[in-house]
Amino acid sequence: MSPDSHHPAAMSPVEQRVAALEALLTERGLVPEGFIEEVTRRYESEIGPMNGAKVVARAWADPQYKQRLLAGGTAAIAELGFSGPEGDHTVVVENTPAVHNVVVCTLCSCYPWPTLGLPPAWYKDPPYRARMVREPRTVLAEMGCRLPGDVEIRVWDSSAEVRYLVLPQRPSRTEGMTEAQLAGLVTRDSMIGVARL
Amino acid sequence: MDGIHDLGGMQGLGPVVHSPAEPAFHHRWQAVARALMTVVAGAAGASGGEFRHSIERMDPGHYLTSGYYEHWLTAAATLAVEHGLVTHSELEARAGGRFPLSGPVLAPAVADAGPDVGEPRFGAGDRVRVRDWHPPGHTRCPRYVRGKAGVVVRVDGTHSVPDIEAHGTARRHEPTYSVRFDAADLWGDGQRGVSVHVDLWDSYLEGP
Repeated sequence: MSPDSHHPAAMSPVEQRVAALEALLTERGLVPEGFIEEVTRRYESEIGPMNGAKVVARAWADPQYKQRLLAGGTAAIAELGFSGPEGDHTVVVENTPAVHNVVVCTLCSCYPWPTLGLPPAWYKDPPYRARMVREPRTVLAEMGCRLPGDVEIRVWDSSAEVRYLVLPQRPSRTEGMTEAQLAGLVTRDSMIGVARL
Repeated sequence: MDGIHDLGGMQGLGPVVHSPAEPAFHHRWQAVARALMTVVAGAAGASGGEFRHSIERMDPGHYLTSGYYEHWLTAAATLAVEHGLVTHSELEARAGGRFPLSGPVLAPAVADAGPDVGEPRFGAGDRVRVRDWHPPGHTRCPRYVRGKAGVVVRVDGTHSVPDIEAHGTARRHEPTYSVRFDAADLWGDGQRGVSVHVDLWDSYLEGP
């Protein structure tokens, strides 16, 4: 009897499939004790857009850091303690009044985990991946990011080893803010490039 | 392969269903599926290319109607069966129903990867054209740039070629480049003031 057969009716078909694979791999001794909980905890609490927000706030507050960040994203991000899978080759692209950057992965769902965490569902679903390289101005407007017609749009398709992080423009009237206050203004979407601040 | 995963530029898929924030996992089974993929990839010694290709080989209808973590589950189960960790009938017996797996690999195994390419052939500012070819196996060269001309904007160092590593234990390393394409050159109906940058391995490219 499988460990999950107590409540088969309560499980959806996909849950039953996951439970089946988990049980078989566990019986073969391939799933280390506590491994699933550890992976879950790491992605739920250690990585996420709060990390990227600290990178952006530092770049806004410290022009020399910003220079290092744009020249070599991976090393500058590691200065703040963020590194790991999907973060070994990070390139930071800067938004300006004339240029807007936006990131997509048309082939799968590549995303800079150490700074942004796991990607949201819409980033992984077909419409965003299909449309962002073909009609970015329209998709951005639909997502609430309406850009003046003379703003150049640069789309970055993460098709190889580089993962991209957008450095949004610093909002006006934030001169007196501390770095922590600045980080509080930075959203996940602004670092993917589907929103401006 | 010209598979369903290669979505860039496809039309008719509907609006982006955006949410401003969401949890890492909506359901516990998603976290489990994610962790099991790591378990299987480790036990099978699967490369990143082999893992991605196991998703790309999903039935197209299943791919489009299931979410990201169901892709990972299907890929993990497929690799587990292909590498002899479990059998398909065991999975279906234990799940109490159908357990769809990805389709077979269509490309032959790669025995000889060929020599590494150390020095980049191109530099920033060079015009290049993407090879117009349709390999049956894994590739990270999206269909929408094949045959198109662009300009190198960045050289990114040397990396294992996914097309090779997905199909055996042989490896070849090549420089990768970020190549800028004008949207008008890609789509004809491209929107004004738009460029699309795609990161491509050396062997995907030829001179202008």
